[in-house]
Amino acid sequence: MGESYAALMPANAYNWIAVWRRNFLAWRKVALASVLGNLADPITNLFGLGFGLGLIVGRVEGTSYIAFLAAGMVATSAMTSATFETMYATFARMDAKRTWEAILSTQLTLGDVVLGELVWAASKSVLAGAAIGIVAATLGYASWASILYAMPMVALTGLVFASLAMVVISLAPSYDYFVFYQTLILTPMVFLCGAIFPMSQLPSSFQQVAGLLPLAHSVDLIRPAMLESADSGRAVFHVGALCMYAVLPFFVSTALFRRRLLR
Amino acid sequence: MSSAAIDLAGVRKSFGDKIIVDELSFSVARGECFGLLGPNGAGKSTIARMLLGMIAPDAGKITVLNEPVPARARVARVRIGVVPQFDNLELEFTVRENLLVFGRYFGMSARKVETIVPSLLEFARLESKADVRVAHLSGGMKRRLTLARALINDPHLLVMDEPTTGLDPHARHLIWERLRVLLARGKTILLTTHFMEEAERLCDRLCVLESGRKIAEGKPDVLIDEHIGCDVIEIYGGDPHEFGELLKPYARHIEVSGETLFCYAPYPEQVRVQLRGRAGLRILQRPPNLEDVFLRLTGREMEK
Repeated sequence: MGESYAALMPANAYNWIAVWRRNFLAWRKVALASVLGNLADPITNLFGLGFGLGLIVGRVEGTSYIAFLAAGMVATSAMTSATFETMYATFARMDAKRTWEAILSTQLTLGDVVLGELVWAASKSVLAGAAIGIVAATLGYASWASILYAMPMVALTGLVFASLAMVVISLAPSYDYFVFYQTLILTPMVFLCGAIFPMSQLPSSFQQVAGLLPLAHSVDLIRPAMLESADSGRAVFHVGALCMYAVLPFFVSTALFRRRLLR
Repeated sequence: MSSAAIDLAGVRKSFGDKIIVDELSFSVARGECFGLLGPNGAGKSTIARMLLGMIAPDAGKITVLNEPVPARARVARVRIGVVPQFDNLELEFTVRENLLVFGRYFGMSARKVETIVPSLLEFARLESKADVRVAHLSGGMKRRLTLARALINDPHLLVMDEPTTGLDPHARHLIWERLRVLLARGKTILLTTHFMEEAERLCDRLCVLESGRKIAEGKPDVLIDEHIGCDVIEIYGGDPHEFGELLKPYARHIEVSGETLFCYAPYPEQVRVQLRGRAGLRILQRPPNLEDVFLRLTGREMEK
């Protein structure tokens, strides 16, 4: 059992790149629409919530609400972008399109495929995060350097949520089940993790639980970076927590995919 | 390099309490075309997936291209080309892009793939379709592209799961012709099929399966000769059981399947004499084939 599980793991450090490049080629064909979508969504949200609510709210944690919100939105958009890429595009490649089946008949292992898909989803997160960052920097709510600095954290956030969504798709019989993950886990997380308002507004018992959630770590990592108030000790703690959230689901989902596909 | 391309010994597999493959052993020599023949549900696809290391057997030993499978299946797959039962091409990609992307899975550079694309397209008779999106190809073209894709790593062994299922006769003949070219080049082919004609035309040897068990193995013509060995008269219309009684003395063997009576007759004229003057009968005399072997061994027709 242990030996055969080991055979599922990535065969080497570079096999996954072939999977990533396959997805990149597919994306390139629809790149314009994808980039426009990535830009349009945050612009709408920043203007709508930022200016509208911002006027009522005033300043939050010593900064303008729109700057506070922009940083939270970089984190949440990394989350949603990686999640949706995995739940819809990756699920299709794993299930109906039989892309994985084709790849698994070559010299790649299941681990290679899952890793390639995870890094791809994280790449889409970087794209989405960068789009908001560019909008925020253009409007003067963050510096260009801080946006660049935040990108590795955005990528890590993407990896975490792709990895978690990978577990969801390894279990879900069909698309219909994704809505549970979305409404019961993701949406509450947006409100609990300080993306839209500070976590200090929550009852203290909620704060404790919320602090453990992956999005809270992302927000606490990305916002100080963008607002240039980072504390390196805290940052190491958040990065460590996020790495756990990225790595553990990888092993779980790979085992679950074996049960689902290799039988 | 040792002899056999594939070796199975005492392989068993069950899902839950359903036995899919039951004590199966066979061996495929290099350069041979070996067929797994059986109706849907006989375990053919499961066996094909086991050879690739996608499914681990419950018991028994599998060796493919000298590698123990599934333990070292990944290494074996470097030299295997796979034609799956259902097309899994990239529909949004062009023919050329499909080959490029698939080559990368074998660690091939774009330049390396580019050098062999022309010969693969020529083999698949898709020269004029290189930059056409796969979604726009016909079913036969897609199958030929799948075949070309399976050759990208210049495999020693091809594993094909129902390579012509769902194709029209013309497209099917073209695939058969292409497969004979591959055999002439010295490739080993393992194919699963439920088409008797396909098995008879292509396979040097085959293994007939029913419910995961091997019920016969050998060269197609030898199997036909051993189990049937005479002409077959098919009779439709009327009550097959009544004719069965009538014709019994003149036949080596009689099978009834649905409303058809199969009469295996060393002296077909004698049977014809008995049926003379009976209205409403359709009588067909033909040489025996693998379908008859299957019917003889299992008491039922394959495609029902």
